[in-house]
Amino acid sequence: MSDLETFRRETRAWLESNCPPEMRRASQGESDTCWGGRKWKFQSDAQRIWLERMAEKGWTVPDWPREYGGGGLSHDEVKILRQEMRALGCRSPLDSFGIWMLGPALLKYGSDAQKREHLPKIARGEIRWCQGYSEPGSGSDLASLQTRAVDHGDHYVVNGSKIWTSYADKADWIFCLVRTDPDAPKHEGISFLLFDMESQGVSTKPITLISGASPFCQTFFDDVLVPKANLVGELNKGWTIAKYLLTHERDMIGGMGQTSESRSLGQTAAESVGLENGILADTVLRGQIAAYEIDAWAFRLMMERAGDMAKAGQAHPAISSLLKYYGTELNKRRMELVMSAGGTDALEWEGARTRDGSQVRAWLRSKANSIEGGTSEVQLNIVAKRILGLPDA
Amino acid sequence: MSLVLTSEQTMLRDSTRSLLVKSAPISHLRRLRDERDPVGFSRPLWKEFAALGLPGILVPQQYGGMGLGHVEAGIVMEELGHTLAPSPFLSTAVLAATAIARGENEAQKQEYLERIVAGDLIATVAIDETGKHRPEKIALSAARSENGFVLNGAKTMVLDGHVADLLIVAARTAGTPGEIRGITLFLVNGGSGGPRAERTVMVDSHNAARLTFDNLKVPGSAVLGTVDGGWTLLDGVLNAGRAATAAEMAGASEEAFARTVAYLKERRQFGRLIGEFQALQHRAAHLYCELEVTRAAILKAQQALDESFDKAGPIVAMAKARAGKSATLAVQEGVQMHGGIGMTDEFDIGLFMKRVRVMQELFGDSNFHADRLARLGHY
Repeated sequence: MSDLETFRRETRAWLESNCPPEMRRASQGESDTCWGGRKWKFQSDAQRIWLERMAEKGWTVPDWPREYGGGGLSHDEVKILRQEMRALGCRSPLDSFGIWMLGPALLKYGSDAQKREHLPKIARGEIRWCQGYSEPGSGSDLASLQTRAVDHGDHYVVNGSKIWTSYADKADWIFCLVRTDPDAPKHEGISFLLFDMESQGVSTKPITLISGASPFCQTFFDDVLVPKANLVGELNKGWTIAKYLLTHERDMIGGMGQTSESRSLGQTAAESVGLENGILADTVLRGQIAAYEIDAWAFRLMMERAGDMAKAGQAHPAISSLLKYYGTELNKRRMELVMSAGGTDALEWEGARTRDGSQVRAWLRSKANSIEGGTSEVQLNIVAKRILGLPDA
Repeated sequence: MSLVLTSEQTMLRDSTRSLLVKSAPISHLRRLRDERDPVGFSRPLWKEFAALGLPGILVPQQYGGMGLGHVEAGIVMEELGHTLAPSPFLSTAVLAATAIARGENEAQKQEYLERIVAGDLIATVAIDETGKHRPEKIALSAARSENGFVLNGAKTMVLDGHVADLLIVAARTAGTPGEIRGITLFLVNGGSGGPRAERTVMVDSHNAARLTFDNLKVPGSAVLGTVDGGWTLLDGVLNAGRAATAAEMAGASEEAFARTVAYLKERRQFGRLIGEFQALQHRAAHLYCELEVTRAAILKAQQALDESFDKAGPIVAMAKARAGKSATLAVQEGVQMHGGIGMTDEFDIGLFMKRVRVMQELFGDSNFHADRLARLGHY
């Protein structure tokens, strides 16, 4: 038996005996997600136990080095772990922007002290991070950001405002892009700072979205003092880190639609629309659903291939733009089909029957997928220029 | 299994590519077309294929073949798509070789496989009877007679059917059209003793023929597989053909795309390169994404055939459906972005559109496979 087969067998056995049954039921959406952090209240003992056991193995971040709280697994082992978790229906023990975005950036650009300080707390779900990127005047043109950090000897003083800061009101720390040289060209005067959201001068205001939820905030910085040790990488070189982190954010958003699919769309539609002679009564919708299922299947394989190519050193660095663009457009398509299949039943906004309109709200939420983390149009610009080499206007 | 090619597979791709670039660039297709070549492909080129072992790619080593898999067959198909080279690779090396090698009849394997490997036998399958691919509706009848069967009916879109030495004919020995039970495969000689063959000149200048069976007698030993139980083998052969066709479409669409992107970087209008226009950049970038996603799907389908041939049907259907759609988009965008010159026969881009149109239909178009998958999903 090969080492990988042994690993698969042992992993399955460990998951079977350590994943609580409650954590093997299909997630009902974001309310079942464990985000961790200082303010986190576990929804159940099972959720807490599952996080603790996985964190102890380092499997909340299986590919990170062991010294920083990770599992130290190879690419193939991580793939097997995910396959086995999927096969047993295990929920993710911990989801966070620390895992998906900051962690990879710190591993590449952080100092040893920064890695030791922050990575294990991310791996154990002790500190929840938020992302300070977009500003009211800087959306797609992110590099035009205006939040200032001024050198005051042993610390910086930060002033300005960020917007679309996901879960800023629930987060403990922020990774934040700030302008440290206002006279340099826009990409060359940006630095990457980390600071505690409980610092004096930080305030947040939730923004109510079309879904009725308020996952995003506007965040204000009023003379916030940040120690210089919290600068990641070099001064004024933050754009490189920002872009690297964005590729991870795009992978995360691109994969969003994939994780929640517990049942095929065709099955859902068969129940709500009904069958005639064994096929969906709405034959036009049937064709659209089948086309969607084919594309979604192929996209899952594309994500798998992107991982294999990265391992083989063949992946184009801008491939995350492809994944982000394709995955989010696909997810929006899925939500439109879900709504179409559900008819007027899917339109209820309140009430226990629809879990307060979870479906209609998820449909509205999905519209942000192709905007956040760089719009679809920005991703197409990146593919056109960086992969296809098409000329600048 | 990793979704990237191994170094051996990359070498196979490179050697096939250098053969085709040297011996069968697009001018080769044009010459066969313009000279109205009676065979429709180059027999010397097929011998060059044989020198590389390509006709035997799917033939087990004990019969002289390379004993490789559908990933490797797909690599050759993809390269054929790049230069649009007509060859009996699909009919003989993929379809017929798969049918005979999986037919579980030792005498038939002995008789035919080594000749396929050597490039001495052109073989094909005769399945479709109507313009749309509906294999379960096979009606061509095979009635029992004293020593064998008598075949009556007609086949259409038989690849290389007018020059094939051997025809693998799907016929009905029981049941009614629409039923998968009652289908039997027969090995029938082509040429003067075989069915009447009428070459049908197609839009892509690749070979196809109509066959008419008028009380054609075949012996009992001509049965490939089991009487009435031919569907499983037929379906497997079709899946091999679908994956191979998807791979050729991937090659054709990527070549069309590469030529289109190159054109966007050289054609000037309004005082600048047309590739500077965001309207075109976004369409090209979207097309790139579609082609990459399709590439992953096709590779997975080929691997599925190699790992578990009989269970690969759904994933092959998915790959064929994807390939048909993204290749259609690639050639349509190719002609549109070339503008007026793309409409001329002199320019190659239109040849890709013609070939993709044919491959979209072969062994079921995107709608056929989407319908199959919906049925499998019970909706």
